[in-house]
Amino acid sequence: MALDKYGIAKRIAKELKDGYYVNLGIGIPTLVANYIPEEIEVIFQSENGMLGMGPYPTENEMDADLINAGKETVTVLPGGVFFDSAESFGMIRAGKVDLTILGAMEVAENGDIANWKIPGKMVKGMGGAMDLVASAKNIIVAMQHTNPKGESKLLPACTLPLTGVGCVKKVVSDLGVFDIKDGAFVLLERAPGVSVEEIIAKTAGKLIINGEIPEMEA
Amino acid sequence: MKKVVKDADEAISDIQSGSTLMLGGFGLCGIPENCIDALIKKGVNELTCISNNAGVDDFGIGLMLKTRQVKKMISSYVGENAEFERQLLSGELEVDLIPQGTLATRIAMRGMGIPAFFTPAGYGTEIAEGKEIKEFDGKMHLMEMALQADFAIVKAWKGDTLGNLVFRKTTRNFSVPMAKAGDITIAEVEELVQPGALDPDEIHVPGIYIHRIFQGEGYEKRIERKTVSLPK
Repeated sequence: MALDKYGIAKRIAKELKDGYYVNLGIGIPTLVANYIPEEIEVIFQSENGMLGMGPYPTENEMDADLINAGKETVTVLPGGVFFDSAESFGMIRAGKVDLTILGAMEVAENGDIANWKIPGKMVKGMGGAMDLVASAKNIIVAMQHTNPKGESKLLPACTLPLTGVGCVKKVVSDLGVFDIKDGAFVLLERAPGVSVEEIIAKTAGKLIINGEIPEMEA
Repeated sequence: MKKVVKDADEAISDIQSGSTLMLGGFGLCGIPENCIDALIKKGVNELTCISNNAGVDDFGIGLMLKTRQVKKMISSYVGENAEFERQLLSGELEVDLIPQGTLATRIAMRGMGIPAFFTPAGYGTEIAEGKEIKEFDGKMHLMEMALQADFAIVKAWKGDTLGNLVFRKTTRNFSVPMAKAGDITIAEVEELVQPGALDPDEIHVPGIYIHRIFQGEGYEKRIERKTVSLPK
């Protein structure tokens, strides 16, 4: 069975390592914070200007002066720190953030990503995505494998306006885990009960399958 | 040295139609509520507004869009605003969308007296069109220019009569770099104090950048997205 959004988030959480500074995008990436293995310590960066972002507040703790980059009310953990947006993107640009996890509308086999604009429809803006993908050391995309029409979002080349070029290193979709390497999606794991044939059928970009592909651990 | 003004009306009294304004805040967090109200009351229009977001339909810059006072928005993210969308699609409103870090840094560079800088953000995308591109350490970068504004308007938590500012939690956002960048910077604060009341070690914006300051009133501090955990 394909993963739901919680399953995708749970699988991505396994990519986190002790000591990582991590920026989470809006949507599925935000859920990753719920699945951090207990034995490791990671610090979340929110690009509006905070390190040490904590969980959502209770009704009583809610503070209009304390939000994340998705404009949601959040909390700050002990040891957390606030700073301005210019400093925030300074640390992003300087490569201090170890891992960026974000959503995408399309990813190409060369690591290009499109996630900010659909021409002719409403343009909301790129926010911090272009800065993050241009500078993060490691970028993982969390997304559905196909769009609502059933078309593959893992493509030979993006058709939508690009957010960044050659930057995505890994994709975790509802169907599997893929490295992006040498101009291809390399299938690493299958979602529980999803066949290699289904993944082949739903992946438009170049797909590499080396030997037996293990099923993801629950 | 007289920086203290009576209220928002006095602080913005010389802002004319056609001016370029930087407006601090991120979403609705830390926006200069009093000055936005005063700008609406004064009725200046044809404004160019530099602000990360455009407020929501009935709060923040959204109120100035509703009264059709804004000619152009320079922002990174403008979702969540139906009136904005309508004006954009009908061609009444010009919009310049800029990557958030590039926007913050274009503002910060103005406050540091640096006219331009290179960033990798947007290389290979439509943002790069028409810009000078240069390779540094094997990576491609775009040249981006510092942003000028006739007035920067920010809201801080505390300020003293010399214009020294202290912010609370995530309200520093775009407000700190904007405070340093305005040709004239106006600060509204929740609490105006005498010199010496703020710890010099803890000031976020030194008063040299601030031209006018006043204690605002009636802050609504609306929350755009209330997200809560269940009580433990």
